Amino acid sequence: MTAVAAPAPDVPPPARRRGLTPYWLLLPAVLWLAVFFVAPLFYQASTSVQSGSIEKGFEVTWSWSNYTDALGEHGWHFVRSFAYAATATALCLAIAYPLAYLIAFRAGRWRNLLLVAVIAPFFTSFLIRTLAWKTILSDSGPLVSALNSLHFLDVTGALGLTTGDRVLATPLAVVCGLTYNFLPFMILPLYTSLERINPALLEAARDLYATPATTFRKVTFPLSLPGVVAGTLLTFIPASGDYINAQLLGSPGEQMVGNAIQKQFLNVQDYPTAAAMSFVLMAAILIIVTVYLRKAGTEEVV
Amino acid sequence: MDLFAGLPEPLARAWERSLTSGRAAHTRRRFLAASGALAAGAALTGCGIAGSGDGEKDTGDKAAAAKDYSAKEKKVVFSNWPLYIDVDDKDENRRPTLERFQQQTGIEVKYTEDINDNVEFFGKIKPQLAAGQDTGRDLMILTDWMAGRFIRAGWAQRLNPANLGNVVTNMEARFRNAAHDPGRQFTVPWTGLSTVIAYNKKTTGGKKIESVSQLLGDSSLKGKVSLLTEMRDTVGMTLLDMGKDCTKFTDDDYDAALAAVQKAVDSGQIRRFTGNDYTEELAKGDIGACLAWAGDIVQLQADNEDIEFVIPAKGYLYATDDMLIPAKARHQANAEALMNFYYDPKNAAELAAWVNYISPVAGAKEELARIDESLANDPLIIPDQAMIDGGHVFMDLDEAKASAYEDKFAKLIGA
Repeated sequence: MTAVAAPAPDVPPPARRRGLTPYWLLLPAVLWLAVFFVAPLFYQASTSVQSGSIEKGFEVTWSWSNYTDALGEHGWHFVRSFAYAATATALCLAIAYPLAYLIAFRAGRWRNLLLVAVIAPFFTSFLIRTLAWKTILSDSGPLVSALNSLHFLDVTGALGLTTGDRVLATPLAVVCGLTYNFLPFMILPLYTSLERINPALLEAARDLYATPATTFRKVTFPLSLPGVVAGTLLTFIPASGDYINAQLLGSPGEQMVGNAIQKQFLNVQDYPTAAAMSFVLMAAILIIVTVYLRKAGTEEVV
Repeated sequence: MDLFAGLPEPLARAWERSLTSGRAAHTRRRFLAASGALAAGAALTGCGIAGSGDGEKDTGDKAAAAKDYSAKEKKVVFSNWPLYIDVDDKDENRRPTLERFQQQTGIEVKYTEDINDNVEFFGKIKPQLAAGQDTGRDLMILTDWMAGRFIRAGWAQRLNPANLGNVVTNMEARFRNAAHDPGRQFTVPWTGLSTVIAYNKKTTGGKKIESVSQLLGDSSLKGKVSLLTEMRDTVGMTLLDMGKDCTKFTDDDYDAALAAVQKAVDSGQIRRFTGNDYTEELAKGDIGACLAWAGDIVQLQADNEDIEFVIPAKGYLYATDDMLIPAKARHQANAEALMNFYYDPKNAAELAAWVNYISPVAGAKEELARIDESLANDPLIIPDQAMIDGGHVFMDLDEAKASAYEDKFAKLIGA
């Protein structure tokens, strides 16, 4: 009998255990996502179709009108948020690309120091960094006085970016705040993808009589595209939901959708509309990002 | 199939075809997907947010039955706003009056400064209160209208006057009744708040700013005026300026006041709506004139002699920050002992000398004079008769009205 039973261990239990191992390893991440992403999302989805009042409580009545309310009454907040976020992203790219290029190709032994300089502002809290701009851009401060005597503010005023002789409490201040706060998110991915470019490719381009401009256009930039895409996403997405910059550096005319959602949740206590607004924001960002990724035509993001 | 009875023949055929064999047919996968969607829908319906109360004006205290562990556990958990209690000049982690309370009573105070904003704090502890759980706090300080919301929802414990000897004897008469808490059965004022007009002499060029209409209309202040994000303060002051009674007004009055502010926002007169953060900008001069809280101004004036305040001739808005014991608190008697302690004029004066807000305790003036004569004579801390007469309290709003007003106001301030 034993002889017959002997081959049984051939059905190997260790193999089965190995088969389960990936799932055990996945477990923490799945749990984390379930508790902190799926559950809140689900709760929010439910809230967004409820109706009622803070006193009587809210019940799910499938009131989709919350969504039309959110769009109808706060449409401008969405438009403004995306416009500010897009401007800030473009500015970030314009500032970050040369800097990342410099750090990747030209910095030599200064490279690490420059990288630390990029990351160092993160050691201070987001709020403090934004508050510091209030001091820098103060009406009677040296910066604004200088801009004023250079007639820079007349130009921005004509463009509708500033009002009067001040920078604070204008669109310019909010966009500058967003640009400053999200700049490192642009520099770092750009740097990683530029740094990976094989210098031999650039030499090859030179050997084939490409001008530096052509080399950049045909070789460097296309190869850095994953960094550009990642950087723009990392900047644009949080910037469009941001509310600190508009709160501290803006006036009533510059409030973004984040501010509107916050007010709707905390002051008005209209949870359903606030939840609907959050969903519309998420959906809008998802659509914008999808279209962008299709257009940018890159499969690999860093 | 009578399902398609109302449809034209070819269309009905097409439907039937598609449902039985076409793309909409019930394959197993489709069925699973559909029931998944249904289940998700059902689960969504199962959610819902509990209300804060029964909707009726119910001040019957559901919380009264909470068991008091005060005798067994000699402690009290106290939630307060930042910079709202006296601290030692040398060591800011030491709070002299609280330390004395601990010595005198043997009750240990766990003091946290975790309230920054009425509505934010409410949002934070509401789930526990709504579920009928202990919030872990025995005493908290809330602005009167928020305290009113707690009382209406039955989330405040009724106080026991037997433990509040000093409060009963020493509370200034004008604080003894309040619209949000008739007869002060649930709350005891911590400080009085007044909303006044403040300006920076340097920025206005020495010009006096005396009324809300001047704030909203004086073109020399264009882009240099800030109002408060607290709806009651901004709208209340505007209502008073328009000659309305902010203790009793109609929806039309409210809309008219909002329209006046809206006009100033549209013309670019208003720079920002602020919380406490107007103070730095006012001191720097970026804000020329603003609505401000009196206690802040006393502190600002100490550092900057350009800051001036004005009590508008048409009156100012007046409110209290109240001590309140939340439902299910474990140490009611200990919390009441603390309330009682701060109604001893000596302790009240020490507190007022540090926080610079109005003291609601009779006899605090004399004690304050011993600490600092100038503070005792400051009408922003110990109001004189003219100051007392000019104060108005904002109308007590029920939740529906408050929500509607806040909604309109939120749109006005740009969000």
